[in-house]
Amino acid sequence: MKIYEYQAKRFLARYGIRVQPGDVAETPDEVYRIAEQLGTDVVIKAQVHVGGRGKAGGIKLARTPEEAREKAEAILGMKIKGITVSKVLVLSAVDIESESYAGLVMDRRTKKPVFMVSPAGGIDIEQVAKETPEKILRYPVDPFFGLMPSKARELASFLYSDREQVKQAIPILSKLYRMFIENDCSLAEINPLVVDKEGVFWAVDAKINLDDNGLSRHPEFEQLRDTEVEAPQERAAREANLSYVKLDGNIACCVNGAGLAMTTMDVIKYYGGKPANFLDIGGSSNPEKVVNALKIIKTDPNVEVILFNIFGGITRCDDVAEGLKKAVLELNISSPVVVRLTGTNEEEARKILSTIGIRVYTSMDEAVKCAVALVGKEKR
Amino acid sequence: MSIIVDEGTKLLVQGITGRDGSFHTKQMLAYGTNVVAGVTPGKGGETVEGVPVFDNCREAVESTGANTSVLFVPAPFAPDAIFEAKEAGIKTIVCITEGIPTLDMSKLYWWLRFDSVTLIGPNSPGVISPGKSKVGILPSSIFKKGTVGVVSRSGTLTYEIVYNLTLAGFGQSTCIGIGGDQIIGTSFVDVLEMFARDDGTEAVVLIGEIGGTDEQDAAEYIKREFKKPVVAFIAGQTAPPGRRMGHAGAIISGSEGTAREKIEVLKSAGVPVAPIPSRIPELLKETVENH
Repeated sequence: MKIYEYQAKRFLARYGIRVQPGDVAETPDEVYRIAEQLGTDVVIKAQVHVGGRGKAGGIKLARTPEEAREKAEAILGMKIKGITVSKVLVLSAVDIESESYAGLVMDRRTKKPVFMVSPAGGIDIEQVAKETPEKILRYPVDPFFGLMPSKARELASFLYSDREQVKQAIPILSKLYRMFIENDCSLAEINPLVVDKEGVFWAVDAKINLDDNGLSRHPEFEQLRDTEVEAPQERAAREANLSYVKLDGNIACCVNGAGLAMTTMDVIKYYGGKPANFLDIGGSSNPEKVVNALKIIKTDPNVEVILFNIFGGITRCDDVAEGLKKAVLELNISSPVVVRLTGTNEEEARKILSTIGIRVYTSMDEAVKCAVALVGKEKR
Repeated sequence: MSIIVDEGTKLLVQGITGRDGSFHTKQMLAYGTNVVAGVTPGKGGETVEGVPVFDNCREAVESTGANTSVLFVPAPFAPDAIFEAKEAGIKTIVCITEGIPTLDMSKLYWWLRFDSVTLIGPNSPGVISPGKSKVGILPSSIFKKGTVGVVSRSGTLTYEIVYNLTLAGFGQSTCIGIGGDQIIGTSFVDVLEMFARDDGTEAVVLIGEIGGTDEQDAAEYIKREFKKPVVAFIAGQTAPPGRRMGHAGAIISGSEGTAREKIEVLKSAGVPVAPIPSRIPELLKETVENH
């Protein structure tokens, strides 16, 4: 789960990493009041879950509260990579002397949390990795020992040549590691980690992703989720325990299992069609799940054909067929439905579906070809 | 021959009294798997499908000589269940449970490696050596005894591909779902190393998907030293970047992990990649003939 910069900075502050004073606002008037209270030059930053805010004009400096209000008017409501800005973070500006990078990511290759530091801060770390890889130090941390002081010193020494700065950076890195572990993060980065003209350290920008598998240990994190930016169908899917991603094609697909769902999209493309979505109904065979899946598919106006691809195992084909029958009748589905069923209780499923005139195939290829051929052809 | 599970597998089912645990115990017994014990804390002394239930793994192993365990334990309790199985001396652990916190997996991974315990999963459909033993939730009827090794990150996609193989007459030595999570106990390379040593495996089908670099590591290993023919399929060719596709593992980030990149790396290692699952059998036939 992604959280916003302002939320990430509250995590850092709780662990004693210094962040700029300020607050989050949703209207230009609130921005004015915050700027007035701060009484300094302020930075106004769009709060969105995508990168490239600065380039898109989503970060502005203002010298007076009036100017802050003006700049906020321009930022609030603007679109960054298709996402409308509804919140801004207003912070006291910092006089930057140097910028570096400090981040942690759970790495699937080394199976450890990997610490990454770079004296080239303030720019995208992936760009640094590509252009000047020698400026990044990567260190896989042993999950049992954690970040030992000797290693924290080594990392800090890679960032700074000044002894005093090294000394000050060590506890920041240790706190970042502790924050990462104690909150089940999958990513935590400070970029840039700024030293100002007085030699004070500031986490000027921060990004935290929380491990979805770790959320069960931190029920309070659920309130950090911004359900308003989620597409309504994706929220409905999450609440119904389905996994849905909207795409821009016209063949909706409903599949059991993520790998098979992705493959179904690939096969649709292979035979010249365009998938309208990724939708995994998971392993259980609850007919209600099928009804919920069709409710979500029905909200997509681009859908012309609905394709089911079910490989029965733990999922029983007849349960899916019951759900499908119920949904088609109750929800008044007008698009043609093509079904591929194989496996557990396949015969019973065929009988159920034949009563409502749905095409049933055993082969995935045949079902997909049929769905592709139906695009633009007919209504039920 | 086969790998990971075979006639010598004496299985302990952790979470045997639960809905999934008891259902799949019945299925595994019906397949001929030697299920010797179950564990559910507080339910020792009961039986499930005739299998004795113990309060803990240590008693189960001492009484029955179990050497392999399978987990049907809810995610919050699964790390402790894995820990307990290893402490009781189990050498192969198959974890069906999904949703285990990644940090716990990081610790378990290294702790199990330290004592050479094999962990399959988490979020795995299991392992089957057709005709010998089935450990997990794989649907028995689609498998056929033979000489093709199958290794996959997915569940139902594996069934789809095995179904195609069986229809085309290719039986399997062992099929392994290594799991869809970010940190898993056994990687493609680990399984390929086992297949390399297994006389009963003559060719391998590798089923990957977007996200991570496990397929790229496999390609490098195959190029360097794997002598048996391999064909592959990579799911998620049409997946948009930056979006999570159900599996925790299936997310493309940065330049790593796209299907295109994986397909290119595999092809340059001499591994033919099928564009769709139904083309795998013919590709396998050609590859074996030309090998």
